[in-house]
Order: sequence, then structure tokens, then C-alpha cells
Amino acid sequence: MQAILEQFRERIRAAAADRSALRIRGGGSKDWYGQALNGEPFDTHVYHGIIDYEPTELVISARCGTPLIEIESALAQHGQMLAFEPPRFGTGSTIGGVVAGAMSGPRRASAGAVRDFVLGAVLMDGQGEALRFGGQVMKNVAGYDVSRMLAGSLGTLGLITEVSLKVLPLPLREASLRLEMSEIDALRKLNLWAGQPLPISASCWQQGVLSLRLSGADAAVKAALLKLGGEQFDGAAFWDSLRDQTHAYFGGGDLWRLSVPSAASALILKGEQLIEWGGAQRWLKSDGANAAGIRSSVAAAGGHATLYRGADKSVGAFHPLAPALMKIHERMKQAFDPAGIFNPGRMY
Amino acid sequence: MNAVDFDHNSDPELLAARRQRVAAALLAVLPARCVLSEPEDTRPYECDGLAAYRQLPMIVTLPDSEAQVVAILNICRELAVAVVPRGAGTGLSGGATPIADGVVLSTARMNQIVRLDAYSRTAVVQPGVRNLAISEAAAQHALYYAPDPSSQIACTIGGNVAENSGGVHCLKYGLTIHNVLRVRMVTIEGDVVELGGEALDAPGLDLLSVFIGSEGMLGIVTEVTVKLVPKPATARVIMASFDEVGLGCHAVANLIAAGIIPAGLEMMDRTSSRMVEPFVKAGYDTDAAAILLCEADGTVDEVGEEIERMTAVLQAAGASAIAVSQSEAERLKFWSGRKNAFPAAGRISPDYYCMDGTIPRRKLAQVLAGIEQMTHKYGLRCANVFHAGDGNLHPLILFDANQLDELARAEAFGAEILALCVEVGGTITGEHGVGVEKIDSMCVQFAPAELEAFFAVKRAFDPARLLNPDKAIPTLNRCAEFGKMRISAGQLPFAHLPRF
Repeated sequence: MQAILEQFRERIRAAAADRSALRIRGGGSKDWYGQALNGEPFDTHVYHGIIDYEPTELVISARCGTPLIEIESALAQHGQMLAFEPPRFGTGSTIGGVVAGAMSGPRRASAGAVRDFVLGAVLMDGQGEALRFGGQVMKNVAGYDVSRMLAGSLGTLGLITEVSLKVLPLPLREASLRLEMSEIDALRKLNLWAGQPLPISASCWQQGVLSLRLSGADAAVKAALLKLGGEQFDGAAFWDSLRDQTHAYFGGGDLWRLSVPSAASALILKGEQLIEWGGAQRWLKSDGANAAGIRSSVAAAGGHATLYRGADKSVGAFHPLAPALMKIHERMKQAFDPAGIFNPGRMY
Repeated sequence: MNAVDFDHNSDPELLAARRQRVAAALLAVLPARCVLSEPEDTRPYECDGLAAYRQLPMIVTLPDSEAQVVAILNICRELAVAVVPRGAGTGLSGGATPIADGVVLSTARMNQIVRLDAYSRTAVVQPGVRNLAISEAAAQHALYYAPDPSSQIACTIGGNVAENSGGVHCLKYGLTIHNVLRVRMVTIEGDVVELGGEALDAPGLDLLSVFIGSEGMLGIVTEVTVKLVPKPATARVIMASFDEVGLGCHAVANLIAAGIIPAGLEMMDRTSSRMVEPFVKAGYDTDAAAILLCEADGTVDEVGEEIERMTAVLQAAGASAIAVSQSEAERLKFWSGRKNAFPAAGRISPDYYCMDGTIPRRKLAQVLAGIEQMTHKYGLRCANVFHAGDGNLHPLILFDANQLDELARAEAFGAEILALCVEVGGTITGEHGVGVEKIDSMCVQFAPAELEAFFAVKRAFDPARLLNPDKAIPTLNRCAEFGKMRISAGQLPFAHLPRF
């Protein structure tokens, strides 16, 4: 494995020397995400394997190319999970891609996002230096927390070669229920319930039906079922279909991801919506939509809009940044990738 | 502690002239009450919670508003004056230690809760709002702000952001980073920048992650949006005794392996329990080698269920005695010993030095054995309290600064503990920050290229290197000078640098 790292380093140094772009790629399962794909593909899946997993420490460390399914199966054997429930777009997803893409699943609102579980990472920067940030412990304030910033960096700061993630035990008990409800009622209830000690671990509103998942101690789940009412159903496949976006809603056409405060009222936009994360993540299916209109409505609600899947990304996959923030972004890119070789143009 | 020379401008006349010039520039844009430049006024700012490091600042500013923060930073940038941000000054690593020819920017006057909204479960607060004040304001809605550093009665949210503060409940409820949605801050360039947002994520790089815990070196916080969470209906704590520290460590591992995430999980060694028991009378078993406090919170039924499961695991792990709190008063009594460990140390020893390493939990027995050996080597006592859930170890080195070289021995003892933490795969600071105190130990934990990367991150926010310079990240020259080097793969780092 050390030899592979040496090859990576050589390749990065050569690319930096002649300023040629590299397109860092794990399983390629998220190639459709973000802006343009530029540069020569740089496959990371050859650098794989779990380095350390000690269930009683709640930490797993793995090389970037380790398949997500391998990690999840190792965790499942000890009754643990990646609590942010990253989507599995096919079997190719790698843990490096999971961190670089920072997509979180249905449990996000209750458990946290990818970055909340990143404890440490090794980054190979634009000079081929392997930099170790963070560590394998829960509490660590030595140096800036660069490893968490790598979550969602889309490979633009460098090649993540290794990550350490916090893991959590699987819930003792889970139950799912459905309630018929309008969008406005659902948003109101979700916000009110989130202010009460209820074990809601996922939510989804679509077409007049609110689905909830409860996770926790037996007593807590039982009490919540009594309190919330509705119709119980076997939810495992349903929540997986949301997590992996195999649910029928996600089929075909342009898809926008609207990230707003959960308390934002219903967004009046053309196209069908599906609401997750207690109201904080709203999907919008809208072909050839008016991007500027969507972005201004979402910004007015205090959020941002991503053209998540779309044939034409000329409107920008990601919400534009304020100039002062963009300035810091450009300098941060310069800090880690002075020659501008890593995934240029993938984010902005 | 060792004399640390922050005096960039040791000529008193030059310093006085500079003070006059900078004060005049500040007074041109700020009301007189916001600028302190007489030594009798600036004296209270000469140190933070790490009182061994003292330095009178040139000037202290106390802005009332974000606009004033912008004005101060613009002046300081134009006049090339270093700025040291300060919250309540409770930090334990000297992060707010002033600079002789610099300005201290205190956020104490910006202490308003701007908005607290039960429906969205958020509070928008100014940086000088105290941590506990947020939970007090939220209590009427049965909500609270989860991170609870032990200084929460006094420390401010701006300081919590700077230090990424935790607390005894952070295994279950997270650190500051997990409970802050948005930070509004001003850069040294005078730009007002919003990091994060009121949604659960923000576009672009997650700069909020790098900002939280940056020890005031990247920007001045002017507003923070925090998450509020429902207050658990009840909590109960188990107090378990173990005849060997190793058994206690195994018990912790077994709890986690059983899928239990306790709301709080703390361990104390015998030296600690004997230190606190006469002081607080918490009912601690002072014969036990280790005491474990293990808390469950939630609804009454949920807590009952979890206490039962925890008790079974602890018994199977060989606990020699187990007591479960039967009332809120008893729960608080069980905790009182742990919460009073520091004052108790102050009671039995003229001085104490609190360390803050984090280690993989499975290495605890090894690290405690190492510390035990060091007590003989340095001839000083050490009591250990341990956030067992998250691996954060607080050895309290007891010494008497009035005795010849005890301070120096305590410092050397502390540095050796931190080196041991790094050696077993941990870190030199879990929650207190690096500040000035542990800056040399950074050289042990990080390689030169990593330190350079930190400087590059700093430049992205603060190209002029004026915000809290010379804290947290050591220069390579400094590492070479102090000889604290990580030998990596047999290679001596800083080989190209001159030795002193």
C-alpha cells in the first residue's frame, strides 16, 4: 500500500509541475454531482482497506478507496453504523468519496452530517505532502480542524488518502409510522415535535403523507408510537430508498436540493417537492426551471439551492457565495493546491 | 511558568508613543468608554484562566457593536497592530494572553441574546453572551444549549466558538462544532463574513468547521446561531467502584460494545477521590482504585431501561460496588465530587497544573501507569480525572510554586504526559486549546509540513498575521529551538534549520 501512496505522490508532483488537472475519483458513483469534470481521471480505489476498527472506541479508520459496503458490513458485525447514513449509489461508492461528497441521509437531522463524524484525515496536498489532521479521538483541539473541512470539499483541496470516522451503535429498536397530513401541517408538526424529547430519527413528507422513523430505547419508541398515532409500517426498505435515492420520486429530470431552516414555511415553487430532515431538506423536481427564481426564493427563506442532478449546469450547480466568502475560498484552495490541479471547476 | 517574552517593543518610550498613536486613532471612531489605555484599567486583562502567563496589553478595546469591531480591525490593520480577542477570559491555555504592543479586543459588551425562537429551536446571540445564560433563557421552552464546559457559568459563546468547547455530556450531545449552525464574524480585512447558516448546511467549503476551535486566529465573532435541544425529562447516575483501574476501563469498553451511549461517563482515580471526598462528602468509595460515574437521561421509562442495562454491564465487568442515584439531590451529590475536583486540588496543594490530553480509551491503563512512574521521576503528586466516554484525560499535577524548581518540574511533567498521549495515538489537547501553554507540544504532534499547512489556513483568513499571532501554531524555528521534534521514519525534521 505504501508503494501506491508513492505512486500517488509522484503523479501529483508531476501534475503540479506541468499544471495539468487531475480528476480525483473513488467509485465514480457521484460523477453527475457538482460542476464540470475536468482533468485526467485519478482513481483512488486501488488504495483501500480498513486500517483500524475498534468497536469499543467508536472509531473506524480506512483508506480512501475502501468500498462503503465493506465499511458498513464491518460495522454491522458489531452492531454499529455510520449514523449520517450516506447514500449508496451502487456498489462502487468509496469512503473517500463519501467524505469528499458529504452527502448525508435520512438520519442527518437527528444524528448529524458527515462532517460531524469526521475525526481525522490524511490529505495529500498539491505538493504531494501527506498531511495528517485531527486523529482517532472524539475530542481534539490541537490545530485547526482541517479534517472536518474536507467533508464536502469535492476533492478540490487534495487527495484524501485516509479518514477516521466516529461510528455509533445501531438503535435498539426502530419503528415507522405514517400520518396523512398537508405540507403546511407536516412542517408545523415536525418543528413542534423536534422541540420535544421524541426519538424521531427520520422524516419524509410527500403527496399528503408524512412518514416518520423512531429510533431508540424500547420504552422511548413505544411511548412515541402511542403519542404520535398514525399507521405503523415496516419502514426499512422505504428509508433505504430515500437514503439511496432509489425511491420513485428521484427518477428522471432535473432535481434541486433546497437546504433551508426547518422552520421555513412551505416554499411555493413550480414542481413536485419531497421534504426530509424535519423540514430542513426539500427536494424539488423541476425540469428546465428558473434557477434564479428558485435561488432567490430559497435565499429569502434563509437557505441555499443546489442543482443536484441536471443536464444543464450552466446556471451553476451550487449557490453563489458572497464575495468576502469567495475570497477566503480562493485563498484556501491556493493554500492546499497552489498549482490548481485538483478537480478544477468541480465546485465553483 | 517559563518566562515567555511577548514584548515586541521593549523600549518604554517607543511603546508609549505607539500607545498614544493607536489610542488616538481608536478614539476617533469609538466612544471613550470603549478604549482603555491606562495600566490601572488594562491590568484586569493581563491574563486569562492560565494566570501564570501575564502581560499588560498596550490597549484594551470593548466594542458595543459589529460596526465598532469592523472599525477597530480596520485601524489595527492599517497601523499593523496585533489583536488578541477575549471573551470572559476563562480559557486555560493562555489563548487570550495579551501582546505588549498589541490590542486586546474584548467582546464582553456584546452580550445580548438577539433572538431566541422555540419553534425553530435556535438562538441568535452576540459573542459575549455566557454559555449558561443561553440555557437559562431557553429553559421556559424546555430547551437548552447542550455543550456545558465546566466554566459555563462564566465563559462566553464567542470563547466557546474559539475553543470548540465540550463538556461532560459531549459523547452523546457533541461539542460546540455540533451545536452551532452559523457564525458571523469580521476578518482583519474588515469584511463581515457569514459561515454556515440557519439551514443544516451551507454552500462551498465547510469553513465553519475550520473556524470553530481556531483560538481567535481567523476572525472576530460578532454573532452566533446555536441549536437548542429538548431538555431530557430526567437523569440518573450510577456510581461504580473498581478495585483496579484496568477493570474500570474494561467496563467502559463493555458499555460501548453493548450499544450504550451514556449521557455522561467520568472516571476518577483513587488519588482524586481521596482528594475530593473530605471536601464535598459525596460518598465516594475511597478504597476503590477507580470510580466510574455513568449517567442516563431521557424519559423516566427510557432512563429506567438504560440504568438496568448499564448496571448489568458494570456488574459483569467486575464492579466491586454499585450505587444508583434515587433522587435528583442524590444525582447532584454523586456528581459534586467530580465537579469539584479542581477546587479540591487547590485545597490540598498550593498550586496545581491541569493537563488536557486525549487518548484512545483502550490506552488508559497504559497511560495511567506511565503517569504513575512520572510522579516518582518528578517527585510530584498527580490526581487523574478522566472523561472516560471520549478519552479526554485531565491529570492534575500538584505542586508548590514557592518551592525551588517545583514549577519547572510540573511543566516538564506535563509536557511528558502530553508526549505520551501523542505516542499512544492521542492528542495534546482535548478541549482546553493550545494557546501559549502547549505551543511547544504542537511540535511533538505535528510534522513541519502540517504546521506549514496551518499557517496557510491562517493566511487564507488573516494574510497580515495580525489576529492572535504567536498562539496555537508554532513556527518551525520555534520547534527547532525547543528541540521538540517528531522523529518520523527515522528522519529528523527541521534538518535544514539551524540549531540553537
